[in-house]
Amino acid sequence: MLTKRLIACFDIVGGNVTKAVQFQDNIHVGPAAQLAQTLYDAQIDELIFYDITASNERRGIDIATVKEVAKCVFVPFTVGGGIKTLDDMYEALKAGAEKISVDSMAVRNPQIIEQGAKAFGSQCVVLSTQVKRTPTMPSGYEVYIDGARLATGLDAMEWLKQGQELGAGEICLNSIDCDGTLAGYDLELMKLAEQVVRVPLIASGGAGKPEHLRDVFTQTQAQAAIISSMLYSPRMARNYSVHELKDYLLQQGVNVRRYA
Amino acid sequence: MIKIIDYKAGNAPSVMHAVTHLGLAAQFVRCAQDLAGASHIILPGVGSARATMDSLREMNIIAALEQAVLRDNTPFLGICVGMQILFDHSEEEDTPCLGWLPGRVVKFNAAQVRVPQMGWNNVRFTDRSSDYFYFVNSFYAKPQCQTDTWGTAQYQDEFTAAVRRDNVFGAQFHAEKSGEAGLALLGDFLKGELPC
Repeated sequence: MLTKRLIACFDIVGGNVTKAVQFQDNIHVGPAAQLAQTLYDAQIDELIFYDITASNERRGIDIATVKEVAKCVFVPFTVGGGIKTLDDMYEALKAGAEKISVDSMAVRNPQIIEQGAKAFGSQCVVLSTQVKRTPTMPSGYEVYIDGARLATGLDAMEWLKQGQELGAGEICLNSIDCDGTLAGYDLELMKLAEQVVRVPLIASGGAGKPEHLRDVFTQTQAQAAIISSMLYSPRMARNYSVHELKDYLLQQGVNVRRYA
Repeated sequence: MIKIIDYKAGNAPSVMHAVTHLGLAAQFVRCAQDLAGASHIILPGVGSARATMDSLREMNIIAALEQAVLRDNTPFLGICVGMQILFDHSEEEDTPCLGWLPGRVVKFNAAQVRVPQMGWNNVRFTDRSSDYFYFVNSFYAKPQCQTDTWGTAQYQDEFTAAVRRDNVFGAQFHAEKSGEAGLALLGDFLKGELPC
């Protein structure tokens, strides 16, 4: 049986991992390749890294760091940030990433999803999206871009449908309201999304305790969940190891990849 | 020398990283001549069956590959789409394939399961211990000869996750991205621990 995936997520600035709360107050965690290696050794299922300043600084993704991580990590590895064109995607894949995450760029130019899916296959294109509770929206959620700073007027569920039709192979849905709060995933949001999304769905934003992972895996159809603070944030009273989380989930009846 | 076929949209660099990590040396193959002196051949796979077949034709490499694998018995491993194209035909864009193994490749039923299958699934082998491997696939192989199936996993139903016949091996999962289990399998293949 297919297992539920734990995906470690890093925000990268200049080759280093940083940690923010609701997109602000970043603090330094450590070199990306070193943290990636540590989590690979701990048997994390997958990694995502976002070059969070690439778009603002109008440059491409940090290829040197992609290459460095790809050399020491033998689980799937997604990268995002600063991807604007097919050539950017090709360069990141060639550097050793398996999948490309598109976010703000895809809202501005949805065709990039279709082009990427055609050129490299849907499985290479992850549509990541930041959404915020907005009662005036038909679904109750609105899509935000540019580090969750800019409201787009797009309804979240409409955007997910469109992204899927254009060929996104996976959808990573981040709740701005829950991000960094450590209070749990937005389960209501995931339940809405599972009605419209047929490709694998990744829950993101809010994980602070092992129970939050149990809840998202048992109460929604999320196939994967993003964790970051729990693993490595110096702000947390206590961090959790991948083994601890998997042991807990197995006890709770959640099927995860057992470690050797 | 280990040879990794490098075609556009394939993920040959990831396979190269894994082989290097195992302490082995390998070369990329970009034309038929590059196959000369191959001790092992790996065909990585990402993308569609048709695109992969088209790439192999554009590289003009199929005859040399068949000479090396089917007549000179060079150990061969096809990964993901690189395994699927070993069969006669793929439903994906109605693509005739290499036909080294009898059988066809069909699509998972999206009414029953999420397509693509994406994630870690448990593979049971005929002759090695079961373990978790990373899959990304919308299509799966249905070998005509049961004896060609080397490993199975459960998704929509039980499906063929790995094949082997003599010196020809195939993995539907990404061995190069399946953690230590994947590296161990690659290592066994490359170090001759899997008797052909």
